[in-house]
This record gives sequence, C-alpha cells and structure tokens, in this order.
Amino acid sequence: MGETPLPELYVGEVADFVPSGRRIVRSGKLEIGVLRRGENFYAYHNVCVHMGGPACEGMVIAKVEDIIAPDKTYQGQRFEDREQHFVCPWHGYEYDLETGECVPDRKLKLRKFDVLRKGESVYVVI
Amino acid sequence: MSSSSLTLPTSDFEGMSVGEFDTTTLLAHAADQARERNYQDLFIVDVDSHHYESDCLPEILEYFDNPVLKQVAKAMNLRGGAGALLFPAPLASQDMGGRVGRYILRHTEKFDKGEHKESQRTVRWMDAIGTDIAMLFPTPMLMLSSNPNLETQTAMAFAYNRWLVERILADQPRLRSMLYLPLHDPDACYKMVQQFGDKKGVSGFLVTATHNAAVHDNRLMRVYAELEERGLPLAFHGGYNMGERAFASMNRFISVHSLGFVFYNLVHMTNWVINGLCERFPKLKVIWMESGLSWIPFLMQRLDNEYMMRSNEAPQLKRMPSDYMRSMYYSTQPMERVNNFEALAMTMKMINAETQLMYSSDYPHWDFDLPSTIYDLPFLSEHAKKNILGETARGVFNLGNLPKLANIPAAS
Repeated sequence: MGETPLPELYVGEVADFVPSGRRIVRSGKLEIGVLRRGENFYAYHNVCVHMGGPACEGMVIAKVEDIIAPDKTYQGQRFEDREQHFVCPWHGYEYDLETGECVPDRKLKLRKFDVLRKGESVYVVI
Repeated sequence: MSSSSLTLPTSDFEGMSVGEFDTTTLLAHAADQARERNYQDLFIVDVDSHHYESDCLPEILEYFDNPVLKQVAKAMNLRGGAGALLFPAPLASQDMGGRVGRYILRHTEKFDKGEHKESQRTVRWMDAIGTDIAMLFPTPMLMLSSNPNLETQTAMAFAYNRWLVERILADQPRLRSMLYLPLHDPDACYKMVQQFGDKKGVSGFLVTATHNAAVHDNRLMRVYAELEERGLPLAFHGGYNMGERAFASMNRFISVHSLGFVFYNLVHMTNWVINGLCERFPKLKVIWMESGLSWIPFLMQRLDNEYMMRSNEAPQLKRMPSDYMRSMYYSTQPMERVNNFEALAMTMKMINAETQLMYSSDYPHWDFDLPSTIYDLPFLSEHAKKNILGETARGVFNLGNLPKLANIPAAS
C-alpha cells in the first residue's frame, strides 16, 4: 500500500516575501505563520503558548546577551545575531526561529511545520 | 499589514516594516477564545484597564483651573513636552524596544468621526475580548503621585477627572472609572468625592499607590467616611517608581516592575490593616489592584505571625490581619500562572476568590490578561468563574441587571 501524500497548503510565491517577510495561512481553524529569513523559510503554529496570541506576527530580533568577562565582571550587552527570535506581539514571549522553542523555557515549543519550495512557490506541509 | 507606514528598529539594519494598526485585528485570537468559550453567555467586567491620557493632553490641559500652570503646560505641549511637567519620567521601555508593538503602532490606528477615539479604541478591545463593562484608568498618571510638585499633582487630577467624566464617561455607557484621588491632599480628595461622586460612570475612587503618604493620616478619615456613606469603593492601584529609594540599586526594568507593583500595595495594605481602618470603616469596599495575587498570602502569613506576638501595637483589631484581608477585594492581573498551579489554587483558597476576586485585564499594557486566564483554571467551580469574571464586580460596583453588552466579532 502506497503512502498517502501529506496535505500541502499553498503559502505564496517567493517573490511575495520581502527578505524578512512573513505570511499567515489558514486551513480550517489551523493558523500557521510562515517567516522568511534570507533564503530560509520557517513555519509555526501561530498561537502563543502563553495566552494564545499571534506568536508569529511580531518582531524578529536577535537574542540579547549580557557580556561577562573571564573575571566574571559585566561588560555590557550585545545582539547574538546567530540566534534569531520571533516575538509574540501580545506580551513579548520570545521563540527561537530555528526550533520554535520558547526561549525562557525551552520545554515549551510551537508546533513546527515543514516548508516546501516547488520552483518559486512556497508550501507548508500540514 | 501590506502597506508599510512605519519601520520599527530591530537588531537588523533594515528594521521591521509594519502597516496600519488595528486593535480588532491584533486581538483576533482573543475573539476566537471568546467564541470558543461562549462568553456571550457570561457577564464580564474588567475592573482595571487603561488608556493613554498622554495622547489627549491638549484636550485635558483645557480643563486646568490654574491659569499659570495651564499656560506653562500648553506652552510645553507645543513642543510635545507637557508630560515632562506632569508625570515623573518612567525611565523604562514598557514595550520592550518595540517587541510589544501596539505601544508605538496605536498612533496609526484609524477611528470614525463622532465618538471620542479613546472610547472607540477601548470598546474595540472590549468587544474582541468579550468584555461588557470596563473600569478605565489613565497610564502616565499612575506615576503622578510621585510628582513632588503637589500643586501640579492636584491640578492634573482635577483636570483629568473632569475631562474623563465629560468627554468619555458621559457618552459611553460601557465605560466606568474610579477617579484619581490625590492622596497627599486630603482636602482635595474630599472635594473630589463630593464634586464627582454622583457623576455618570463614576464607580468609585482610585489611589495610585506609588507614594509615601500614610493611608491612616487622620486628615483622610472624612474622605473614607464620605466614600463609605456613598457606597463607593476605594481602590489602591499598584505601580512602579524608578526613583523609589528602596529600588535605587536596581538596574533593570523587570526588577523594578516585579517588585514595585507589589511593594506599594504591601506598604499601604499593612498600614490599612494594622491601623484598624477595616474596623473604623466596616462598610467601605476596598479593592487592591494590579499586584497579582502571590503577595496576598505572603502578607497574610507575615502579619498574622507578628500580630500574635505584638497585638498591643494593633489594639483596634478584633480578628486576625488575614481575616481583614480576606474581607477586601482583589483584581486578578497580572496573575502568576506560569508554572505553579498548586500555589495559585492555594492562593485563591486563602483569599476566598469565589467572592473577593475580580477579573482585570490591564489592557493595553504589555502584561495584560484575558478572561481565559480565569475561565481555563481547572480548580475553580463554574460558579466561582462567573463570580470572578463579572458577577462579584456587578455587586461591588452596583451594576444592577445589566445584560451582556459585548459585540464579539464574528470569525474572519
């Protein structure tokens, strides 16, 4: 018996996304946020683990780090650009763009969806 | 958000382009929750919500009685600075550097002509959340009580209250308020209650807690007596003050905010109970707002323990301090519900939440709570949920038989 192909939900054309853009797509009650970062696309359930806010619709911003010197003294703050977060605009809950994990408690995470590119068209697998 | 109108700074050079802001769209998921949980069958009262009176300063300044102060404030406002005269600087990024975008984006929202935009904005979020009646309070004025210029403080209090009563409460029956009391000026407080106590939409009076005035000052007794006589509740609203000496070592907003909103209510509650004000004003309804809930069992235990050893210092008390605390009212937000529901359940038991706790959102502030924070709690009875979400407030604020009023948006 052959495998049933997973349903794919059309998101849009690559050109529809500005380089750091996003789209929200729906299938019934399921709402998915698709975020583009450079050439990569990420798709997550658009419902914040905190209070149900639109988790994928807020700011994308790098992780903030305290700079601690070898002698344990505090030397200021910086952005760690290798770890990008997307932020729920309701209350500021931050999620790791690569994994969907909630940054202050990584046991909590958003459901992640695979993103397919077929030519210039973008789909999520639901 | 397709047509970009604003670019928020981020860690990237290009920032984040955003389009026109709309409250109903932002809160679409809240409306989903309202429909899924059948809030159309629940009467919901929000006892603590806000707007930004700083957006309306040109209107409010017209209500200043003092012509000298009015002239100075209007001149400062021409360069966008009257707030600097009135409100102590917050020294904080409430919106977390734009991460909570509505702080900045609210300025791009569009409204219909006619009803005041502050009313329209408030009713929009009330409908999305499923709220029928909201107690509406200001925002920068939460820190007005730490303005050392007491004359300015009192003048702003009168001007804002007149503006609120005449421009907002008179026209929108779903909005109520508890009016600002300049507690440092007991004569002005008394005059405020007499002048505004029977105005439409005035459901009580509010003390913003970031001050060092003694709530047991003899000069305030006639104010409390007047409130008690009129059946009007008195609320203490938590706040933070970056200039508070106790927080002088704190370098991060999260630290000052976490402690500040609790700190002042701890101080005022302690003075209120130990000085026997519950005995002196047994019918006065007192509400403690925006401090969350975890401070209450903490203080109950502290005061009971010390009272058993030092009852001679609180001779007016006829019951344990915690019994008095259990007779007062509390608002829910910001409810501590992240990772210990057992502690929350015990807290609710200790404060008789079923009869003493009232839902509050604090919307549009960054740490707002939705009704689902109460509705979804597994340890509350259906009766308790109905009370907390609206029925207790119906009684406390004499709302009578008001029906469901919210117009919850249909699914998009």
